[in-house]
Amino acid sequence: MRKLPLWLQLAAAATFAFLYLPLVVVVAYSFNDSRLNAEWVGFTLDWYRVLFADEEMLLAARNSLFIALVSSLCATLLGTLAGLAIHRYRPRWLPLLVITPVAMPEILLGVSLLVFFIQVLHLTLGLLSVVLAHITFSIGFVAIIVRARLAGMDESIFEAARDLGASPWATFRLVTFPLILPAVVAGFLMSFTLSIDDFVITFFTAGVGVSTLPLQIYSMIKIAVTPEVNAVSTLLMLLTLVLVIVASRLDKSFMKGGA
Amino acid sequence: MSETKDNRLARWAITAPPTLFLLAFFLVPALIVVLASFQYPGEFGGLAPLFDHGDGREHGLTLENYRFFASDFLFTEIFLRSFAVATASTLICLVMAYPVAWLIARSPKRHRDLLVLLVILPFASNFLIRVYAWMIILGPQAALARMFNGVLGAFGLEPVSLLFSPFAVLVGMVYVHLPFMILPLYTNLEKHDPVLLDAAQDLGANAWQRFWRVTWSLSLPGVFSGSALVFIPVLGMFAIPDILGGTRDMLIGNLIKDQFLGVRDWPFGATLSIVLTLCVLALAGFAAWAGKARRGGA
Repeated sequence: MRKLPLWLQLAAAATFAFLYLPLVVVVAYSFNDSRLNAEWVGFTLDWYRVLFADEEMLLAARNSLFIALVSSLCATLLGTLAGLAIHRYRPRWLPLLVITPVAMPEILLGVSLLVFFIQVLHLTLGLLSVVLAHITFSIGFVAIIVRARLAGMDESIFEAARDLGASPWATFRLVTFPLILPAVVAGFLMSFTLSIDDFVITFFTAGVGVSTLPLQIYSMIKIAVTPEVNAVSTLLMLLTLVLVIVASRLDKSFMKGGA
Repeated sequence: MSETKDNRLARWAITAPPTLFLLAFFLVPALIVVLASFQYPGEFGGLAPLFDHGDGREHGLTLENYRFFASDFLFTEIFLRSFAVATASTLICLVMAYPVAWLIARSPKRHRDLLVLLVILPFASNFLIRVYAWMIILGPQAALARMFNGVLGAFGLEPVSLLFSPFAVLVGMVYVHLPFMILPLYTNLEKHDPVLLDAAQDLGANAWQRFWRVTWSLSLPGVFSGSALVFIPVLGMFAIPDILGGTRDMLIGNLIKDQFLGVRDWPFGATLSIVLTLCVLALAGFAAWAGKARRGGA
């Protein structure tokens, strides 16, 4: 293995520092005993106390969890079906329909759903419109993960099941589904994370009635920044950290299983 | 006979639900935006009716929104500014990402997964939090701004604000999109056969020639896909200029957002969305063509 020249190694290290420094700053200031994100005054847990007494923030957190749970369950079901359909029947336009919402700038999907919900469905924007919007952008991610898993599998297992007299449904239930399960769970975690984190599309489809954690953080940043934002950010980072590590573990088992 | 019927039923049961859902919630809304871009604005926001209700209100279709877009150079200027920001962000991301992707690709196999995870982790934390972090770092109270203005002051220059500036917007854009450049580059660089570099060296190529003629040249597909993954989202971004930029740093995304949620001129907002979509499609087509042309030529 050739080693990179030292200056390139240093450049890479600098980029890693650039990636992590901002997050360290946010976490550090969440424990700072000062209203200003400036000088280090002393250690405190006050901002977490403020956070857990903030009714609006707690309601937004409940909304976020509800939306993430419902939308990622639906997206996992629809995305798994889409992945199966693309792998097995190779429909011409379904891949395009699945990928495009993921590949476009988010604002375009947000705007088109806003117009659609209000002008066509005459829907009052709220939990339902946000859930539908989140399902729309999550399906693609689940479908991609499930399809990749299917593409890495040996077709002869399914032939063997058929030869042994298993019906298509039995083949799916006893062979296909257990094999793709890690990918389905990884897809679920992925869409859950995407939903909890989404700001742009939620911003357009939530209306005035319902708030989520990112919307709440946005309005705090725009109006009055207090270290309470740092506290909620730190907790949210902890949550995604756990989700990503669990998903990457599943992905690794999935790579070993495929080989 | 009954089996083919079963198969057809299975095929329908698997394909129909995701297809119908995406037709209803992606394709139909997209087509409605196309239609809306040819409509008149409604009296109280929204869209004017397509058909005459006999009340003398504006109705039907019009090219007025597109004419309005072309009539004022301000809008073209905002599009050009967005392209400039997207180009700059993409180039900075490329320069910062290449050494990292290269370092991971040259690391021992057992370290690679961990290093990739280290790239993904900050990117998995909430988008707004990552932008907000730069509000703190670039803020007037923070060490960076005080140091910078100290240096300016020593030369007798006026202090400047790092936050709410084009500089802050660029930093935010690069920070948020950097992993999109690192990962495709790494996937490409990892596949390079080290034997090629040995061969180049044996044939007398110096370090620069080995990089430029072998590594860089082979990594172009990764460069193209990484660039598309940075350029396209930056082009439509409204939140970063909104949070880190000043009033004069408006990009296409901010303009579109204002039409829908601020001034409530939906048809013009739809027109801007269509123009943005056309730009994105042209770019995606170009990236695909450039990638294919490279592969065909190699």
